[in-house]
Amino acid sequence: MPISEWRTDDHRIQEPECKGEERMSDVAAQPAPSLLANGWIRTGLITAAVIAAIAIGARIDPSGTIHKVFVDPFQQMVEAPDLLAQTVWEGLVSGVLYALIALGFVLIFKASGVFNFAQGIMVVFAALTLVGLHEKGVPAFLAVILTLGVMFVLAATIERVVLRPLVNQPDIILFMATFGITYFLIGFGESVFGGNPKQMITSELYLPKGAIDAKILGGLVSFQKIDIAAAVIASLMIAALAVFFQYTRIGRALRAVADSHKAALSVGISLNQIWVIVWFTAGIVALITGIMWGARSDVSFALEIVALKALPVLILGGFTSIPGAIVGGLIIGIGEKLGEFYWGPLIGGGIESWLAYFIALGFLLFRPQGLFGDKIIERI
Amino acid sequence: MNAHTMAAAGAPVTQKGEVLLSVENVSLRFGGVKAITDVSFDIRKGEVRAIIGPNGAGKTSMLNCINGFYHPQEGRITYKGVRRSKVRPHQAAAAGIARTFQNVALFKGMSTLDNIMTGRTLKMRGNLFWQLFRQGPAMDEEIAHRKVVEDIIDFLQIEHIRKLPVGKLPYGLQKRVELGRALAMEPELLLLDEPMAGMNLEEKEDMCRFILDVNNQFGTTIALIEHDMGVVMDLSDRVVVLEYGRKIADGTPEEVKANQKVIDAYLGVAH
Amino acid sequence: MFYREAGQFKSTYSADMAVFPIRQDRIGIAVILGIAFVAIPMLGDDFFISSVMIPFLVFSLAAIGLNILTGYTGLISLGTAAFMGVGAYSCYKLTTIFPGVNIIVLILVSGLFSAAVGVFFGLPSLRIKGFYLAVATLAAQFFLQWAFVRVPWLFNYNASGAIEVPQRLLFGLPVTGATASPETRYFVCLGLVVILTWFASNLVHGKIGRSWMAVRDMDIAAELMGIKLLNAKLLAFAVSSFYAGVAGAMMIFFWYGTAEAADVFNIRLSFNILFMVIIGGLGSLIGSFLGAAFLSILPTALKFGLPALGVPLTGATAEHVTFMLVGALIIVFLIVEPHGLARLWQIGKQKLRTWPFPY
Repeated sequence: MPISEWRTDDHRIQEPECKGEERMSDVAAQPAPSLLANGWIRTGLITAAVIAAIAIGARIDPSGTIHKVFVDPFQQMVEAPDLLAQTVWEGLVSGVLYALIALGFVLIFKASGVFNFAQGIMVVFAALTLVGLHEKGVPAFLAVILTLGVMFVLAATIERVVLRPLVNQPDIILFMATFGITYFLIGFGESVFGGNPKQMITSELYLPKGAIDAKILGGLVSFQKIDIAAAVIASLMIAALAVFFQYTRIGRALRAVADSHKAALSVGISLNQIWVIVWFTAGIVALITGIMWGARSDVSFALEIVALKALPVLILGGFTSIPGAIVGGLIIGIGEKLGEFYWGPLIGGGIESWLAYFIALGFLLFRPQGLFGDKIIERI
Repeated sequence: MNAHTMAAAGAPVTQKGEVLLSVENVSLRFGGVKAITDVSFDIRKGEVRAIIGPNGAGKTSMLNCINGFYHPQEGRITYKGVRRSKVRPHQAAAAGIARTFQNVALFKGMSTLDNIMTGRTLKMRGNLFWQLFRQGPAMDEEIAHRKVVEDIIDFLQIEHIRKLPVGKLPYGLQKRVELGRALAMEPELLLLDEPMAGMNLEEKEDMCRFILDVNNQFGTTIALIEHDMGVVMDLSDRVVVLEYGRKIADGTPEEVKANQKVIDAYLGVAH
Repeated sequence: MFYREAGQFKSTYSADMAVFPIRQDRIGIAVILGIAFVAIPMLGDDFFISSVMIPFLVFSLAAIGLNILTGYTGLISLGTAAFMGVGAYSCYKLTTIFPGVNIIVLILVSGLFSAAVGVFFGLPSLRIKGFYLAVATLAAQFFLQWAFVRVPWLFNYNASGAIEVPQRLLFGLPVTGATASPETRYFVCLGLVVILTWFASNLVHGKIGRSWMAVRDMDIAAELMGIKLLNAKLLAFAVSSFYAGVAGAMMIFFWYGTAEAADVFNIRLSFNILFMVIIGGLGSLIGSFLGAAFLSILPTALKFGLPALGVPLTGATAEHVTFMLVGALIIVFLIVEPHGLARLWQIGKQKLRTWPFPY
């Protein structure tokens, strides 16, 4: 059947089964040597040419369009550094949230090879469960624990009902199955907790409120305390995950599974158990993301669209790299906020909805393997 | 198969014995790793040329350079007297170089017939308008090429699997279909990458016969990578031996067999 | 027993290469066409025709388009809805600018606009593959959706931001607008779908289809066969987007009538059509129809079927339950038959062939 050979194009280089003909490094053949062969020289020349063209264009362009696009925004940045700082900060904060969602994707992709489309909805579902339980009279911290329980049940159920029967199916089938999970969770969440947007229980969880207004760069830059808390918690969680992966027995098993399912099985690692753990970990990440995100806006299924922003983050950072997810998240977050603030008004605003994808696309055209991926070398 | 259907392909530019393809001082690096270092050899029109060597000697990389899948950093490859620079694989195909692969690279979702028909792509003119209707010229063309493909199927004795998806076929048959797909291109130079790997004796004998028939009946030049020394010695006119990306011997099977370096490479040498 | 090719010998290659080489298949397709052209318009009421059959036809066409890209060429796209939107808006603008031109012609021309946009967004496909390409098509989805809202020229500066389909006549009968009868709209849709399906079937059975499938199955080998990857991929994007565009124009002109189209052509529609293709069967035209039937009729059936069975449902709950059931069914289907409804169809045919014996 045609789809039987559908494989994910991730960074794993498929080793041919036989012979091991030509052991080679993961760098593709270089072009024939010439003056332009050196990547840095070429990039430098092209950049210089582009800047020169823009400078000349801006001088002779009568309507000033080039000026507006290429000069004005940078002038504004220099003239009002406080606004720039504020924009960058906001980008950083949304970047952290994108990175958190992407992190959930990466965890699951590494361990089970599943491109988990449902990660975004798991964030919403976790937040909704938390708020919903609290609304039904459960104390806040008990609600957190119960929600964790729900996420564990969810992980175990997904492993049993979806992953285990579909093991060894092509990636696209598993990818589709996570669509099924998405739909199911949307329907389930809405019918249990209702479809109306809800307020996150920030004060009950002792999350800080208000803002710190700092006088820097000749103006007021306002930092929401919740955003600072989000950044701190996210960093702590990433550190904890890194420790968990690096130094625990389960972490080692997880890394083994990520490298090769078959090899891991052959040394007696239980895939099923690992999958439950990984999906549960992704559930915890989802809950924390949900709390942070819910604190900044409402808890509703509208988040689903925002969660799709994790995809450009992933292609920037690579599907298997946790540092990639973080750096990618920050680049996308800051990039789209800067773009919206300085260039958005030129074409009617609202460009945040697609800018992230174009940033990622631009990167992809120059580095198809993502920021941290190894160069893909094709072999036959 | 009728000889004329295949041999009629492209009037021979070169006569038998002339150099069809020459590789001069070719080096290929992947980052710091040298896959091929300063290798030169030539392939003459109409001969069966074997490329042998231990695993990792750079044999497949050499074929990849010849059909434009890799581009060597140094040296040059001259095909039919024309020096090539940065040839794309489809251009190499258009120039008459066909190829089979070490790990079977068939189109697994398609039938045997469709796989071999795909080999005819370059010979088909294809007109979008008529293809929409699948009538007139488009259909005539399909039928004409179907006839050629049926001849190949006949030649390779794979009539019974004509309409089966190739993904489900046993390995030996898959190799045979792959040869069929390459033959459908009516190549002047046929590159075979371990055509007999993983086959049992009977299948090997069949494959040897097909290779010799292709060479004799249609005059197709063949470059062949193979590990089975018996096969190499029987089939080939000349042999080039690579080791660690370097050429260590070149000549007739008898010469190569007697070469001390080759014996050392295969049997190991006491240091 | 009833479905057997025994005794049907082919003496020419053209007979062997026919799309339906077996007589029973040809009878079957004739019966289906008969039902579609005669029985449904005669027996179906207005609700059935305009709320079940027309959506089914529109989705089928969109699913065929996506199947050409994803199922035949192996390029995954999450931007189908946006390409449908391009078709709808082009058709709307064209019929505003050229009110006198036959609407069918305009719908086909708007498909060409969609094809051009599709080719543009397909350009990265040479360097990017797999899920990476899926994200690239998301760029198309969100950018075009944004453009549908932010460029007022597209909806003729309507205050509501919606496009309203004007009345257009075909052979003196209104085919679009409020006065067009469901039967007329149905016949126009059916005609377009049948002809375009026939074209698609011809394409995938010929040289072009083979090169698409070669690219899908093993792109490196395809290139060594002399297939130019960029051309094959861009042609797939063009044809696929053409079908999506025509389906989008049909959706607004023959089904919605008036719509805030920017909301219609959203990411969820893209996903729905991808579901149809995968549940129906990747690389199968029949599968596209089966998948579209399954996913476009299922929600309607649930909405009206469950209360009839005595399950009390209010409007909102019905929607939630539909979501849950669709999600669960997708998973069940993937587990039972990952190759889709088309494979079940083949298995069914095989059963019929050997009936009443198991082998």
